[in-house]
Amino acid sequence: MLVSLYRYNPETDDVPYMQDIHIDIPGGKDIMVLDLLQLLKEKDTTLTFRRSCREGVCGSDGLNMNGKNGLACITALSQVVEKDKLVLRPLPGLPVIRDLVVDMGQFYKQYEKIKPYLINDTPAPAIERLQSPEERAELDGLYECILCACCSTACPSFWWNPDKFVGPSGLLQAYRFLADSRDTATDQRLAELDDPFSVFRCHGIMNCVNVCPKGLNPTKAIGKIRNMLLQQAT
Amino acid sequence: MVTSITSFGRSGLYDWMIQRVTAVVLMAYTIFMLAYLLFNPGLDYAQWSALFQGTFMRLFSLLAILSLAAHAWIGLWSVSTDYIKPTVLRFMFQSLCGLLAFVYVVWGIQILWGI
Repeated sequence: MLVSLYRYNPETDDVPYMQDIHIDIPGGKDIMVLDLLQLLKEKDTTLTFRRSCREGVCGSDGLNMNGKNGLACITALSQVVEKDKLVLRPLPGLPVIRDLVVDMGQFYKQYEKIKPYLINDTPAPAIERLQSPEERAELDGLYECILCACCSTACPSFWWNPDKFVGPSGLLQAYRFLADSRDTATDQRLAELDDPFSVFRCHGIMNCVNVCPKGLNPTKAIGKIRNMLLQQAT
Repeated sequence: MVTSITSFGRSGLYDWMIQRVTAVVLMAYTIFMLAYLLFNPGLDYAQWSALFQGTFMRLFSLLAILSLAAHAWIGLWSVSTDYIKPTVLRFMFQSLCGLLAFVYVVWGIQILWGI
């Protein structure tokens, strides 16, 4: 099969380029894209990419595979290869450090902005802050996010305003803390989000839902934040 | 919180709400006009003029004009902040949109009340 790889080494290349490589998959097996990258790295050790857990838990190997973002370790070739060809690019919209490695600084900055930790100004109980099973269930579909950035880098609103729009991943996390029965900073959190960019730059095109490797729904979470803002203000 | 002083209402929620409410008004006006044209095939000037002389139609049309101006401002402001990165150019574009919206509102009222 033919693999078209995005290559860029800032020390030697003026501009990025696409490198076409023909490769035979051993035994014709349906391997994961990460395994393919490993095979390519054996041929050319200068090829650079991030990876860690190789089972879709750490979120390190988010890539753009034939135009769609996803995790290389849990995406089988049969899911993405078209006409025996695979185009591999780094996640779109973020600055490229080298080959398939992007600078996630902007993404983490937005995550930091939503204060991704429990804020509770009531005295701490002797053992723990309890939740009912129903209250805990509110966090399902929110806490599972692994911050791989597949969603935010598939979002045009994040491409155009990565410094102002929190992005689907950050907003999913924002709602995760807004929905938490143990958090008491709801009003402050909402006040921080009520500007024309942070939440409202989302136009609901659902690219985020389409690419999330964990099957989460940031658009729905954004809708819920919007409803909370509405309820508070009307 | 991101500060923005050129957006319509400065609050994201307010802009979002206005955008939706004005969209409903514009849809109602469009449907009304289309239905009126459809059910009055042989429309002549006298009938058309009489329609716009009624208070209801004047109110409805003024509401539609104001809605159009607000809707266009919020939409184009959004587009400008997405695609026009140099601040001077963006501000000029936004000023032009504001001026056009103002001109269309005044012009619209003049036409509406001139009948």
